[in-house]
Amino acid sequence: MHIPIDHILVFTSILFLIGLYGALSRRNAVGILISIEIMLNAVNVNFIAFSRSFASSPESGQIFVMFAIVLAAATAAVGLAIVLNIYRNQKTIYTDEIHLLKW
Amino acid sequence: MVTQAILIPLLPLISFTMIIFFGKKLGTKSALIAIAASVGSCLLSASVVLPVILNHGTALHASLTWLMINGKPIEFGILVDPLSSVMLFVVTFVGSLIVIYSVGYMHNDPRFSRFFAYLSLFLFSMLGLVLSSTLVQMYFFWELVGLCSYFLIGFWFEKYEAAQAGRKAFITNRIGDVGFFLGIALFFYTTGTIRFIDITPEFMHPYANTAVLTFATILLFCGAIGKSAQVPLHVWLPDAMEGPTPVSALIHAATMVVAGVFMVARLWPVLETFPNASQTIAVVGTTTAFLGAFFAITQFDIKKVLAYSTISQLGFMITALGVGGMGAGTFHLMTHAFFKALLFLGAGSIIHGTGTQDMREMGGLRKAMPNTFWPLCIATIAIAGVPPLSGFWSKDEILTSAYLGNHRVIFWILMITAMMTSFYMFRLLFLTFAGKTRGHIHAHESPAVMTLPLAVLAIGSVLIGLPGSPFMGHWFQHFLEPHAAVHMDTFVMIMSVASATIGFIIAFICYFVKTDLPQHLAGQFWMFYDASRNKLWFDEIYNSTFIHAFKWISRISFRFDSNVIDRTVNEIGRKTVLTSRIKRWIDQYIVDGLVNFVGFSAQVSSGLLRMIQTGFVQNYLLFMVVGLLVMLLVAVK
Amino acid sequence: MTLFQFLATTAFYAAMLGILIAAALCVTVRNLFHSAVFLAFTLIGIAMLYFFLQAEFIAAMQILLYVGAIMTLIVFAVMLTSRMGNPAVPQSFKNKKIVFLPLGLVGFILISAILKTPWETSEPQTAVNAVTLGKALMNQYVFPFEVVSLVLLVALIGAIVIARSE
Repeated sequence: MHIPIDHILVFTSILFLIGLYGALSRRNAVGILISIEIMLNAVNVNFIAFSRSFASSPESGQIFVMFAIVLAAATAAVGLAIVLNIYRNQKTIYTDEIHLLKW
Repeated sequence: MVTQAILIPLLPLISFTMIIFFGKKLGTKSALIAIAASVGSCLLSASVVLPVILNHGTALHASLTWLMINGKPIEFGILVDPLSSVMLFVVTFVGSLIVIYSVGYMHNDPRFSRFFAYLSLFLFSMLGLVLSSTLVQMYFFWELVGLCSYFLIGFWFEKYEAAQAGRKAFITNRIGDVGFFLGIALFFYTTGTIRFIDITPEFMHPYANTAVLTFATILLFCGAIGKSAQVPLHVWLPDAMEGPTPVSALIHAATMVVAGVFMVARLWPVLETFPNASQTIAVVGTTTAFLGAFFAITQFDIKKVLAYSTISQLGFMITALGVGGMGAGTFHLMTHAFFKALLFLGAGSIIHGTGTQDMREMGGLRKAMPNTFWPLCIATIAIAGVPPLSGFWSKDEILTSAYLGNHRVIFWILMITAMMTSFYMFRLLFLTFAGKTRGHIHAHESPAVMTLPLAVLAIGSVLIGLPGSPFMGHWFQHFLEPHAAVHMDTFVMIMSVASATIGFIIAFICYFVKTDLPQHLAGQFWMFYDASRNKLWFDEIYNSTFIHAFKWISRISFRFDSNVIDRTVNEIGRKTVLTSRIKRWIDQYIVDGLVNFVGFSAQVSSGLLRMIQTGFVQNYLLFMVVGLLVMLLVAVK
Repeated sequence: MTLFQFLATTAFYAAMLGILIAAALCVTVRNLFHSAVFLAFTLIGIAMLYFFLQAEFIAAMQILLYVGAIMTLIVFAVMLTSRMGNPAVPQSFKNKKIVFLPLGLVGFILISAILKTPWETSEPQTAVNAVTLGKALMNQYVFPFEVVSLVLLVALIGAIVIARSE
């Protein structure tokens, strides 16, 4: 089937912006991480769409996505570990209540 | 010689300075300083006068140029010639005696030392005037002498009449001085000189028919009218009797008032050149002589009698100068100084001893005050013109000049005046010393410090006429006028003695024998009596015309000053307040507003910038998004 | 276009729509559990998309890693901080409306740029499957491959270090 690439690109843009909106507006630290996952996924879809549509080196897009997924996993792991640590120390994960470094 | 001449006026000046600054500390010792200064001046005068006598002429003329006008110099200097020598002798000798006398008279006065300071200042001014070598310098000292007169007349300034009298004297003098100064200016403008040494008959001869100079001479004479109390500016002299009696003796009898005579005598060559001017001068002098005597015959205040007598005798001197007898006039000046000073000092002694000035309360003082009586007696005989006392010789000279100069009217008027003089003087003597005491007074004799000068002056009154008499070959007149001839007319002499005798007899009858006769005569000739008693209403006429007009002018000026000028000042003040209010507004709102605005903008901008660093991650993320947006915009555009 | 193709295209579009809805719900719901669930839906949908885009291996990886491991991780984290996921407390800020403006602008620019660009698409010559991917990994991309494994190791250690209790 032939889906025009710009549709997919528009879709990924919207998905990315949704994720961005979530990252900006969520109070909860875990919620922010979730939004970041959404953003990363949108970017991955973008890569796949491009790799499918252009003739030269189609596997590089997919390789990239692989790495992206792996790194996203690493990010999520470390990030959540940090959130857990903060929760243990401050008893809160709301970003506006964590302001030890603020004057 | 110059040093000695300069020291003559300088010693009294030093005395004045010392007493003025240290008078309070010195107290009665200030009198000693003043006496020392005046006696010192007297001795120095003697040493300066001697060369003049030996040289029969000008001994010293030294001057410094003060400024140049139109290429002609105005100088200040010293001139010692026969005329100034006479004046030096009179001023210092009589002046010293009066200073000594004042020690006794002013004994209890609270401002004792200041009196002597003023006396010293006066001696300085008068001696400066006498030694002046130019008209301008004379004018300078003229004014200074007038100022001293003001100080001394108003010495007891707490008394209203005394303060008024001082003011009247000064203002009347100033009126004359206006004419004097205009005369100097005119004279200088026309002839180009004001030095006395230049004013010789030869110098004046080319100007003989100039109307301008005749007018200038009369203007110069105006100064003498003011200073020497001629009619119509004589009104200040009777009022000046408010001052202490030594002042009246020194200034208003012997020395200051004769400054006018001295000045006219100095300008003798000018008078010779302009017969119209000398005629005017003679008329003024005669009028003054007559009116002075006329007013004197009805006065009851002893000092007023003497004041009018002074006016009358000054008139004699001026008349002498007007009819061509410069030597006669100056001679009379000298003799008059002696016996008038003596009369005033004697009156002062009487006032000191009785406490009153009104002759109606006096009488019979001969027993109580003999040391005062005898000198006064001599003075009265002298002034009446009884030979061989001094008054006779000088008065006779004047009458002779008038008679021989063909001034018949003037001669007879002067003769009648001489008779009146004799009358009122003996009247004074009889009322004061003869008969019984009328008032409730307890007379006591004055201390020696007062009666001793009287004695000295009495001796002087007797002897001082001799230098001008035929017994010494008219030495005095030849001393003053080396080229003039001196005449003596028998007719005049006999008439002179006769008038003196008639005056004495009338006075004798009225006041010694038939003492009710004066009232009877006063009632009969009440018109003359009133005119004499009221001084021909001179003061009243002046008051209602000139004084009234000037007071009106001054009132208008005052109103102008307070309304216009003060209003202007107030307006300026109000404008200043308004300006300051505007400035305050500007300062408050604009300037402070700017300053506040700077702070406010700093606050706002910092508030804005603060938001960059909130410590809040999601804000940073938002800024990143905005940055992304900007980059996209740039890339797309 | 055959019926099959038509159905496929429709399914594709439906999947995209579903993903968008799920993602939108994910970021807006208050309850964090629900948010995690919606994330799972999103990820599964994206896997489906991968299948449609002929990237089967990636699709499988997506399901395995994302849905399997990362979702588990997230659910664990949500449960460990469960008190915080209380729906009574607001999960997002009060004035979150302010972000709409820049986001809207960015979106507008992006979408208009995408739509305006004349994409020149071409079909790839060779198919991509696990064999080609493996070959590429070992030959061309061996270095990133090793580095990524190192990164994983570091992340593993780091997570343990950070998250361990004292």
